[in-house]
Amino acid sequence: MKRIYADLHLCLNLKDLEQVSRMVNKASTLGYRLIAITLPSSYTGEAERLKDLLQEAKIDLAFRLDLKPRTPNELTRNLRMFRRKFEIIGVTCESKNVARQAAKDRRVDLLNFPSLDFRRRFFDRAEAELASNALASLEIDMKPLLTQEGPTRAKLLSSLRREAAIAKGFHVPIIISSGVSNELYMRKPRELAALAYLFDLDKVSAIEAVSSNPVAIVKRNREKLSRRFVAPGIRIIRRGKDC
Amino acid sequence: MLKRVKRRYLALEIDSGEMFSSWEFMDAVWSAVSKLYGEYGASRTRLALISYDMEKRFAVVRLVHTAVDMVRAALASITKIQDKPVTIHVLAVSGTIRALYKKIRQ
Repeated sequence: MKRIYADLHLCLNLKDLEQVSRMVNKASTLGYRLIAITLPSSYTGEAERLKDLLQEAKIDLAFRLDLKPRTPNELTRNLRMFRRKFEIIGVTCESKNVARQAAKDRRVDLLNFPSLDFRRRFFDRAEAELASNALASLEIDMKPLLTQEGPTRAKLLSSLRREAAIAKGFHVPIIISSGVSNELYMRKPRELAALAYLFDLDKVSAIEAVSSNPVAIVKRNREKLSRRFVAPGIRIIRRGKDC
Repeated sequence: MLKRVKRRYLALEIDSGEMFSSWEFMDAVWSAVSKLYGEYGASRTRLALISYDMEKRFAVVRLVHTAVDMVRAALASITKIQDKPVTIHVLAVSGTIRALYKKIRQ
């Protein structure tokens, strides 16, 4: 069966629909079959319109919300409000408390850490253990690896190497995303996987990080968001008086 | 006894609005490889330009088979040549030039 490649982090300017269309088409030509577009929390109503607009690209579109809470309470409040409105929820963890809460909450899909603020990358063994018991995955954006050079990139690679090893040790799925807002930095899925070689992720894990791992998240969440879903493994087959 | 060197050929597409000479292109590739792996690492790739079509923005490079992942990562990290924005995509990888062109045609 042909592998489906996915990029779960395209940061598009939704006011510029021409650019959105151009980047989605580019993703399609690069070989992606599923992409996630980050929407602001207020944009939910127009998501369907965007889907119609991009139908020509023959690419599966998922909608994602990035939360940046300051406290664990703010995170749970936001999750309660938005979980059922978006297919993917990512949390940018800017404090340790938020990171721990996000890792143990089963409503969080992706854990993201500030790329270049090395003191605030809280993905350690405790975080990984919490994430492995919940459903959260570690998301690694590749954009800083393309834009940075010299000592900053070396430090970033060192952090990523440590985090990837911890994630692997605790069986936390790794998701490799582009995190780009510009066509210039878009890369083919295999090229993103090749960049993962720089932080010692093996070939199989790197390919899974751009294909089966992100696809599994979207598939799981779509099932949960469907009207037929009752609980994991239980679905409504038929409604009506004769049931 | 010396081991036979296994080679790989990479077909590359240069995605840019500008045109670059083969020298400018290879200079960018070498500097990306040496930025990431240092001069010692770069020397172990045995990178060489086999063919270059400036108008079609297409190139074929040769390297040792152990360095494919290294060079792929380095090529992905290239964002500029001579301060002009560029992206380099790998179209195909093969062990012989003949098979490489066959893959591209497919």
